[in-house]
Amino acid sequence: MTTTEIAVGGLLRLATAGSVDDGKSTLVGRLLHDTSAVMPDQLEAVRRVSRDKGLAQADLALLTDGLRAEREQGITIDVAYRYFATAKRRFVLADTPGHVQYTRNMVTGASTAQLAVILVDARLGFVEQTGRHTVVSALLRVPHVALAVNKMDLVDHDEARFAEIAEEFTEYARRLGVPDVVAIPISALCGDNVVEPSPNMSWYAGPTLLEHLETVDTDGVPEATRFPVQYVVRAADFRGYAGQLSSGMLRVGDEVAVLPAGHHTRITGIELGGAPVQEAFAPQSAVVRLADAVDVARGDMIAPVATQPIPADRLLLVGCQLASRPIRVGDRVLLRHTTRTVRAVVEGIDERLDVHSLRTDNALDTLYTNEIALVSVRTAEPVAVDPYEANRHCGAVLLIDEASGDTLTAGMVGVPTWWP
Amino acid sequence: MTERGFGVRATTRARHILSHLDALEAESVHILREVAAEFDRPALLFSGGKDSTVMLHLARKAFLPAPIPFPLLHVDTGHNFPETLEFRDRTVERFGVRLLVADVQSYIDAGLLQERADRTRNPLQTLPLLRAIEANRFDAVLGGGRRDEEKARAKERVFSLRDEFGQWDPRRQRPELWRLYNGRHRPGEHLRVFPLSNWTELDVWGYIRAEDIELPSIYFTHRREVFLRGGMWLAPGSWGGPGDGEPVQERMVRYRTVGDMSCTGAVDSPAASVDEVIAEIAASRVTERGSSRADDRMSEAAMEDRKREGYF
Ligand SMILES: Nc1nc2c(ncn2[C@@H]2O[C@H](COP(=O)(O)OP(=O)(O)O)[C@@H](O)[C@H]2O)c(=O)[nH]1
Repeated sequence: MTTTEIAVGGLLRLATAGSVDDGKSTLVGRLLHDTSAVMPDQLEAVRRVSRDKGLAQADLALLTDGLRAEREQGITIDVAYRYFATAKRRFVLADTPGHVQYTRNMVTGASTAQLAVILVDARLGFVEQTGRHTVVSALLRVPHVALAVNKMDLVDHDEARFAEIAEEFTEYARRLGVPDVVAIPISALCGDNVVEPSPNMSWYAGPTLLEHLETVDTDGVPEATRFPVQYVVRAADFRGYAGQLSSGMLRVGDEVAVLPAGHHTRITGIELGGAPVQEAFAPQSAVVRLADAVDVARGDMIAPVATQPIPADRLLLVGCQLASRPIRVGDRVLLRHTTRTVRAVVEGIDERLDVHSLRTDNALDTLYTNEIALVSVRTAEPVAVDPYEANRHCGAVLLIDEASGDTLTAGMVGVPTWWP
Repeated sequence: MTERGFGVRATTRARHILSHLDALEAESVHILREVAAEFDRPALLFSGGKDSTVMLHLARKAFLPAPIPFPLLHVDTGHNFPETLEFRDRTVERFGVRLLVADVQSYIDAGLLQERADRTRNPLQTLPLLRAIEANRFDAVLGGGRRDEEKARAKERVFSLRDEFGQWDPRRQRPELWRLYNGRHRPGEHLRVFPLSNWTELDVWGYIRAEDIELPSIYFTHRREVFLRGGMWLAPGSWGGPGDGEPVQERMVRYRTVGDMSCTGAVDSPAASVDEVIAEIAASRVTERGSSRADDRMSEAAMEDRKREGYF
C-alpha cells in the first residue's frame, strides 16, 4: 500500500504569485495534474470547456478557475486554495492573483506561506510586478522564495537569458533580506522542470520546481515560545488553558509569565487531545495547567519568564490596507493580536511605500486599499507583541471596524531593516 | 475513539515536525476552540457522514476533559439512509451531546416547501436550516465542508460570513491572514465555520484510520438493491425510486458520501475496511462529488448558486 503512504515530510504551505498571463494558472494546473490531484472527470470538464472556446488542447489553467464573477471577467480576483500531495509532502497552495491592485491578496496568501513561488515570463524578465511580489514576500517574512522563470520554450531555452533574470531577482530579494532564494527555468505549458526534469535545458542542474517544494527545509529559525490562551477548559477538578503554540515549546515544570499582567507561575501539566504529555511544541494545539490559581483568560499570553515579550500600548506597524475603505489618523478601531482583541486609535500614518521604486512618500494620514505604510496605533490596554521580524504569529495584528466587523488592515509590528 | 492524544503519528517527532495529519488536526482544533470562545451560540452540523463525524471527533478532542460546549444540528431530508440515522443517534448518545433536528418533511407537510418533480430533496434543505439557525439564534454554525470538494469552494473562507438572510456574498468575505479568524458580525448575521477547510478526502480517511473512528456501515461494501439513473446507482426507497423502466438489481456497493437517498449514488466496490477504502480512493479516477452527487452534475455553477442561497 505504498501509494497511500503519502506526505511523510509533513505539510508545506506555499503561495504563488505572478502577473497576468505569466502562466500561473497553467503552472498550478500542471502541478495539480502531474501530482494526480486532478481526476479524469474534472479533466474531461476542462477539455469540454476548452473545445467550446475553440482551443486545440486542454487549457490546464481552467482547473484553477474559480467563482462565476471571475469567470466572466476572465481574471482571478481572490485567494484560492489548492491541495496536492506527493510521497514526500502534503501541500496547501494559496493561489494569489497577480493583478496590479490586488496586493492585499498576496499579503493574505503570503501570511501563512513557508514558501512563495514568483513567476516571470522569460521574454519579459523582471518587471514591476515581480518587484511587488518580492517585496510582499519579504514583508510577510516568507522564509523561502522560488523564482519560476516561465515560458523558457519561447526564448529557445536560453541559459544566458535565464541567468540574467535569476541574477537580477536574486540580488533584489537578498537586499530585502529574503533568507533563501532559488531560481528555476521552467515551461509550465510543456511541463519542463515543473515535475519532470527538462530534456531541453541540460545546462540546468538544479531541482525541478516540485523537487524543490518537496525538499526545502521547513525547520526555520527557532523562535521564543509563545502560547496565546484561546479558551479556558473547565471540568470537575480540572482547569486548563487551551491554545495553539505559536512558536517554540513548553515543558512541564517550565517557569512562565502570564501576560500582560505579568504573573509568574509554573506549568504543572500539558495535555494533547486529552492525553497527558511532558512537552508540546508549535504548532500543536494543547491544554496547559498552571501551578497557581492565577487569573488567566482568553487573550492572555503564556511565555517563558526568561524570554517573555514586553507588553506595549503604543505600536508601530507596517500596515497593508485590505478593505476597500481607507483608514485615517484618528480612526477608532479594534486591534486583534493572537487571541486578544482591544480597542485602539490610529495615531499616525506615514512613509507610504512605493513597492516599485522602494522609496517612501508622505501618506497624508490616510491608507487606501492595497497601500503599504507605517501605521502607529495606541491601544486601550497593553498587548504582548513581538516584533514581526522575530515572530510571525505574535508580531501580526489586524485592525477591525467595530461596527461592521470588517477586517481593515493587516499590521506587522516593527519596521524591517531594509525599510527605506 | 480508541486513542487519546495528539501527535502520535509524527514520524519525525524528534525534530519537532508534525506529520501532515497532526498539523491539520492542530489547525482544526484551533478553529473549533476559536468558535467556542468567540461566539455566544454555536452549533455543529452533524449529518452522520464521514466529514461531520471527523469534525465531531476533533471537537471532542479539542475540549477534553470537558464536554463539547455546543449542540449538534442535523438537517433531516426525510430520505436518509436508515443506517445513517441509526449511527447518528448512537453517536449522539455516546458523546453525550444534544441533537437538534431540522426536518424537511415537516416543512413539506406544512406547505412551506414543495416536493420537486425529481423528488430530490438536497435543494430543500436550505430553508429548514436557516429557520433552525434563526429560531435557535445560532451565531456560528460549524460545517464539515472542505475546499478540495469543488471549484467554487476553493475560495471559501474558514470563517464565512452570512447576512441576515443566510446568504453568502463573495464581496463581503474577509481576508484571512495568519491564524487570525475574524468572527465579528452584526445582529442577525451568522458565520459558517469550516474547520476541515484544508483537508482532502484522503486526509479525512487517513485520519479515520489513524484515530480508529467509527462510520456508518454504508461507507463499506454491502449487497444492496440499486437501479441506474443518470449514470448513478440509486437505492429504492420511500423517496420514490425506481420509476418505470428502471430495473432493480443487486450489486456489491458502497457510498463515498451519505446524503439524501434520492441523489446520493452508490459506487461498485469491494472495499470492506478503511484500508481498502483508502487504497481505492488513492487509485480512484473520479472525484467524490462527480461519482455520487446527482445535484452537482446539474451545472458547473450549481454549488455556487446554492451557497449564495445559504446552503452549506
Ligand atoms: N509557450 C508557453 N506558453 C505558456 C506557458 N505557460 C503559460 N503559457 C500561455 O500563456 C498564456 C497565459 O497563461 P495563464 O496560465 O492563463 O496565465 P495567468 O494569467 O498567469 O494565470 C496562456 O495562453 C498559456 O497557454 C509556457 O511555459 N510556454
